[in-house]
Amino acid sequence: MSDTHEHSVAFVRTQAVPAAPPPFQATGPVKWVRENLFANIPNAILTLLSFYAIYVVLSATLPWMLNGIWNTQSLAECREILQGATGACFSVLVERWNQLLFGFTYPAEIYWRPTLAFVLLFLAAAPVLFFDLPRKLLVFTALYPFIAYYLIWGGTVWTPVFALLGVVGGFLVYVRFVRNSFAAGFFGGIAAAFVIWWIAGFIVPMLAWENPVLAAVPSRDMGGFMLNMMLGVVCVSLSLPIGIALALGRQSSMPLIKIICVVFIEFVRGVPLITLLFVASVVLAYFFPPDATIDLILRVIIMITMFSSAYIAEVIRGGLAALPKGQYEAADSLGLDYPQAMRLIILPQALKISIPGIVNVAVGLFKDTTLVSVISMFDLVGMIRGPILASTEWNGVYWELFMFAALLFFIVCYGISQYSQWLERRLATDHR
Amino acid sequence: MRKTVLFGALTVAGLAASAAAAGTLDDVKARGKLNCGVTTGLAGFAAPDANGEWNGFDVDVCRAVAAAVLGDPKAVEFVPTTGKTRFTALASGEIDMLARNTTWTFSRDVDLKFDFVGVNYYDGQGFLVPKELGVTSAKELDGATVCIQTGTTTELNLADFFRANNISYEPVPIETNAEGQQQYLAGACDTYTTDASGLAATRATFEDPSAHALLPEIISKEPLGPLVRHGDNEWGDLVRWTLNALIAAEEYGVTSTNIAELSAGTNNPEINRLLGTEGNLGEMLGLSADWAKNAIMAGGNYGEIFAKNIGEATPIGLARGLNAQWTNGGLLYSPPFR
Repeated sequence: MSDTHEHSVAFVRTQAVPAAPPPFQATGPVKWVRENLFANIPNAILTLLSFYAIYVVLSATLPWMLNGIWNTQSLAECREILQGATGACFSVLVERWNQLLFGFTYPAEIYWRPTLAFVLLFLAAAPVLFFDLPRKLLVFTALYPFIAYYLIWGGTVWTPVFALLGVVGGFLVYVRFVRNSFAAGFFGGIAAAFVIWWIAGFIVPMLAWENPVLAAVPSRDMGGFMLNMMLGVVCVSLSLPIGIALALGRQSSMPLIKIICVVFIEFVRGVPLITLLFVASVVLAYFFPPDATIDLILRVIIMITMFSSAYIAEVIRGGLAALPKGQYEAADSLGLDYPQAMRLIILPQALKISIPGIVNVAVGLFKDTTLVSVISMFDLVGMIRGPILASTEWNGVYWELFMFAALLFFIVCYGISQYSQWLERRLATDHR
Repeated sequence: MRKTVLFGALTVAGLAASAAAAGTLDDVKARGKLNCGVTTGLAGFAAPDANGEWNGFDVDVCRAVAAAVLGDPKAVEFVPTTGKTRFTALASGEIDMLARNTTWTFSRDVDLKFDFVGVNYYDGQGFLVPKELGVTSAKELDGATVCIQTGTTTELNLADFFRANNISYEPVPIETNAEGQQQYLAGACDTYTTDASGLAATRATFEDPSAHALLPEIISKEPLGPLVRHGDNEWGDLVRWTLNALIAAEEYGVTSTNIAELSAGTNNPEINRLLGTEGNLGEMLGLSADWAKNAIMAGGNYGEIFAKNIGEATPIGLARGLNAQWTNGGLLYSPPFR
């Protein structure tokens, strides 16, 4: 059979025909456009409408942006140059950028200090955020709060040193006692830290030099985006552990702890943040003698941390509730005690489930830090609404300033959101 | 206006005031700085400039008091306060005096336990209209839409005025001055009403201020002045007479330029007593003899402060009006220095 076949055909192609190029409509950008933009008639109509909408937005904003003026001394000068043409007056950003970023009373010659603290923040946060990095970097993370405090506030170096000593002392006591009982270690550690701080309260003034290496800056002088960043970073990082503790406490079988946690969470969640801020700035002043008040920023940090930890506690409780009961029973059957079960089995899973919720609270919290402008602290929005819009030069510039503020907040919030999505993908171990 | 107050907190304020009040003058001297409450920013009255230096009409009152007490107009810690935090800040002792264009009213003076030491600006509620509306009097505003800040006494004044004149209006409630400015420019309302000084400052920021006019009617009394806590009369006297010294200096023609010459001694005994070359007025206040001279040199006399911050040569462009000396038909009248 094969033989006959071999001779029945006059010509047999021995090589493949070279591939012809695909038809013009089925390749490259044309194909993409046809498939994605003009696949059918409704799609085409929607595409055209979208183009029109984009055109309208851009034709209104682009001339305004591109025609922007960057180098005048006041809004009136901007208007003089523009002569009625549309154009932004970005000069306000050029003249007041330092006030927008650092507040108007932070000394200009030491802007490098908060800037350095900001750069170091990335170094300190990296090992926490990206757990592939070497674990030894965590030492720097642990030191970072004290370094940042020293850089931003300045003053005598002994304040952060003794604060660090207190934490180290507390930790050592905790390690010593935790073998016998968690409660003894925990409360013993806290007590030891407070004892060290109390003693430091007497020693530090003696050790302080007349002229510290880094000039002290009072809290009242902090402002601008720096204040938002400080409040946001400190409150998010404090409220996460407190929130976890509250969430676990709320599920505790010990009635006293459970009641304390439930009352705290429900009370703090039931009160608007702005009320807590007013309490911090106004009412607390009555509880202290006029010359011995607690630092205003500290009061605000306490209030915002309380507020967000109550929310994070509820988010994490959601994660705990989502775990099947079998996980708890499995931990018990392995003979793990409560801290081990939580640390090794329950929390890793519950926290993974809670990531979107936690990030949601963190982003919301970061934006809520602008609320401090109502208690006359000059954060970014407070700077814009107060001093800058009230100056005779810039009264009437709204879009430029608020767009700048929106841009800064967007960069940070988008960064947080992108990180959380990366984290979710990284931790995705289930089969979807 | 600006009556929104945390009444609950203020009850506590009354209790705490007496505790925090004693010996403010000694506290200030010991501290070496005057804690002065100002606004978080109001064009012409108090706002920090590009270098972070506070400037403005109310700010200069603080500087004058600091100069009188401490001899240094820079020895002021400006504590920015909002409409909601100002009274508690004063009552709790966080600030020594408040110079934050606050209207002197009965309840603030009596019930909130403060002492208004005088008036540094006589304001009143006015109306801003676009010229193309063709209105020349507030009484022609029948049926107009009015932008009005909610929760303020301006709202009540407005209702009273329209009812008394038997005409109707449609309120457009707004929250802040900046919002009012935008709403008015966007045409959401025919007229915008608030304190006349605020309207003038607002109009000055418009692209074309000449297209808008302030109506002649002023429908309320808003005497703005510095205030101190109840219970420390020595300190109250000191702030009161520092303000009076600024006003009297203008009346007697004492300015920051000729004060050095005049303080060498003149043949006007009133000026001599004011500047401390005669009598012992400073000693009575517990201050040095040249206290008033220092206060006047800080920013000039009342007229100079007015002209520099909000006068007709500035973008705010306010005329003296009621704030002229009594000799020029205004209301400024300092009791004698004797």
